[in-house]
Amino acid sequence: MTSTNLAYFSNGAIYACLVIFTIAFFAHTYEVSWSVKNVAGHDRTEFDLNKTARAGRLGTAMMVLGFIILGIADLTRGLSAHRVPWGNMYEFSITGAFMLTGAFLFAYVKYKVRWLGLPVSISVLLTLGTAITVLYRPSAPLVPALKSPWLAIHVLAAIISGGVFLVANLVAATYLLMERYEKRGGRPQWAEKIPSLENLDQLSYRLVAFVFPLWTFAVIAGAIWAESAWGKYWSWDPKETWAFITWVAYAAYLHARVTVGWRGRRAAWLCIFAGSTFLFNYIWVNIWGTGLHTYSGL
Amino acid sequence: MSETKATVPDIGIIGLLRWAWRQLTSMRTALILLMLLGVAAIPGSLFPQRNQNPQRVDAYFTSDPTLAKWMDRLHLFNVYASPWFSAIYLLLFISLIGCVLPRTFHHLAAIGKKPPLTPRNLDRMEGYRVVATDSSLALESAAKWLKRHRFRIRIAENSISAEKGYGRETGNLLFHLSLILILVGVALGSLFGMKGEAILNVGDRFINTPTSYDNINYGKFQGQGSLIPFSLTVTNFVATYDPVTSQPSNYVLTTQIANPVGSTPKTVVIKVNKPWTSGSTKVYLQANGYSPIVTVRDKSGHITFQGPVIFLPQDSNLSSLGAIKIPDMTPQIGFIASFIPTAGSSAKRGIFSTYPEVLDPRLVLSAWQGNLGLDSGNPQSVYSLDTSKMAKIGLKALTLGSTYDFGVGSITFDGWRAWVNLQIVDDPGKLYALYGAIFAILGLLISLFTRQRRIWVKVGSDVEIAGLAKNGIPGLEEELVALARALEESKGGAA
Repeated sequence: MTSTNLAYFSNGAIYACLVIFTIAFFAHTYEVSWSVKNVAGHDRTEFDLNKTARAGRLGTAMMVLGFIILGIADLTRGLSAHRVPWGNMYEFSITGAFMLTGAFLFAYVKYKVRWLGLPVSISVLLTLGTAITVLYRPSAPLVPALKSPWLAIHVLAAIISGGVFLVANLVAATYLLMERYEKRGGRPQWAEKIPSLENLDQLSYRLVAFVFPLWTFAVIAGAIWAESAWGKYWSWDPKETWAFITWVAYAAYLHARVTVGWRGRRAAWLCIFAGSTFLFNYIWVNIWGTGLHTYSGL
Repeated sequence: MSETKATVPDIGIIGLLRWAWRQLTSMRTALILLMLLGVAAIPGSLFPQRNQNPQRVDAYFTSDPTLAKWMDRLHLFNVYASPWFSAIYLLLFISLIGCVLPRTFHHLAAIGKKPPLTPRNLDRMEGYRVVATDSSLALESAAKWLKRHRFRIRIAENSISAEKGYGRETGNLLFHLSLILILVGVALGSLFGMKGEAILNVGDRFINTPTSYDNINYGKFQGQGSLIPFSLTVTNFVATYDPVTSQPSNYVLTTQIANPVGSTPKTVVIKVNKPWTSGSTKVYLQANGYSPIVTVRDKSGHITFQGPVIFLPQDSNLSSLGAIKIPDMTPQIGFIASFIPTAGSSAKRGIFSTYPEVLDPRLVLSAWQGNLGLDSGNPQSVYSLDTSKMAKIGLKALTLGSTYDFGVGSITFDGWRAWVNLQIVDDPGKLYALYGAIFAILGLLISLFTRQRRIWVKVGSDVEIAGLAKNGIPGLEEELVALARALEESKGGAA
């Protein structure tokens, strides 16, 4: 296939992913909401998992399929430009969505957290939708500043970290919601199969602890690259500044947990705050910020 | 009065200092300072910084001078060198040193030491269980099992305490010590480093002395004599562009560098991600643009100026703006000019550039007559014309080789040259920062992926085992199960 054909193929695959993740989203929604049934003769409702287990399985199958097709879309996008597929914000977004799905599937295999499929599929849908409509740029070669092996290393590390941070955020948000329900007298039935508060708390901590060294590495790899491209390893460019702020926020989170012993609600809020600094960096600095990280209009 | 005296004892200055030191080096203070550093970094990303974007800082001063003056007083245009930002990170690092050094000594002293004694009541610990085994053999086989799994053990009369995962604290300390090393590297770079820029036309020769630079900044303790003595001649510069998007795809700068000056020059190719390096000094290709070459003659045809004039690019298609000043004519003549590498035109925008490469160049000039203001004593930009004491006498767009006669003389557009902006940086601290960064990641990995836990075995009327995992990290339960099984089997073996 020629470069142009590959690029078109990649676009087609992204549209296919939009459909697949929409199905995944509806399957997960159905699984959660239709499992509630009224008990005859009572105004009580009951939660019947078996009723919708098939929808849940369909959702997971769609997540796996979406992961594969998205991977192909990403790969062909890269091949069409003869480089790694993260040269502009459109490409960061589709690679990021791929990583997020991957992080979910990893967490699913390891911790059996199918319920996460609902927030993950909606996040992926939103990311891909914005990417293909607002952020889309035709496939093109890189500007000279991006021509470096560090592009593959630095950006990949940042994207993976971002994907895991977002999953940790979703888990922490779920914690807060469940905690609220339990305080008000118990979870609604659709939320029964979501893991215990303690498990949610541990899971978000473990995700952050697992990926924090990678994020540290992403920042340092960026500094090494900056040294060879811009002549200074750290110049407080807005993107660098916010990467640093994210790093500080997660460092504070880890200290708060390990040294001070924060758990539960406070820890979850701190985790969400730290994740928001990452999102802010990705969205605000890329679109409205100025500085050395702005290339080729997004 | 006497009561007050009793509650606030006179601790003296030393006592006060000791109290302040203890406060500063407490974990809580360190955490607050860390968060504060993150918050303090925010304004620098929201407001333009003088060293990154001086034009936008100037725009603040023009649009609202009073506000801008106050913002400047609060160092909002220079956040990362401001006293308050420095205060936070210096306090943080003093706090860090005060926190980490004693812990390091403590940790070093603990090498080879035995784990603490077995607590009296094991049943309060994690994974407590009673193992059905022969109590006479239990301690011996437990010790064997624990040693095989590389626990440190302390054998007491009827109990064993074992600990594993000291690497966690080692990694933790390595990480924090590395952060201090990074700061040392940053400090060395800013105190003993140097950074300068020079714009050179293709064909120009640069000698590395302070006067050759367009601007140069030294670290506080860096003398001017420390520049390494090389010379660099720009022999060629090629920029390639993507024909569809007009984006640059490659820049190749070819130079002849003699290091030291006078030695046989070597051909060196410099690219955006490939600086030239000599010791801790590096030469980077930072920017590029065009210098139109013009010849200006007076009425009698005598040449009053000839050569390339550096213009500054204004957009991605490299429309470039500059000023040509002819002080040697009376009255003085000046031109505000734009160089268009590939001309296109429309009724709305007039002449504009459609492609960054020079394919169909134009030089659009407005000619001014009067006083250039060069003798006023105020420093003047070479890229703009002060027209306050001048009158406009004409306007013309020149194609390559054509001449514009503006009445009292003429100007000919002879050609163009590419120019490159070289950034020359000497940072003697950056290797320390790099080593610090590498060790920091290493320490982080060791500390986050090492599980620290204790296991106790106690032989009384029963054989009891229990453990304690730091931070509730999972995996202890499985280990206790394995130990229990080993103890049960040892009984079977003995029987």
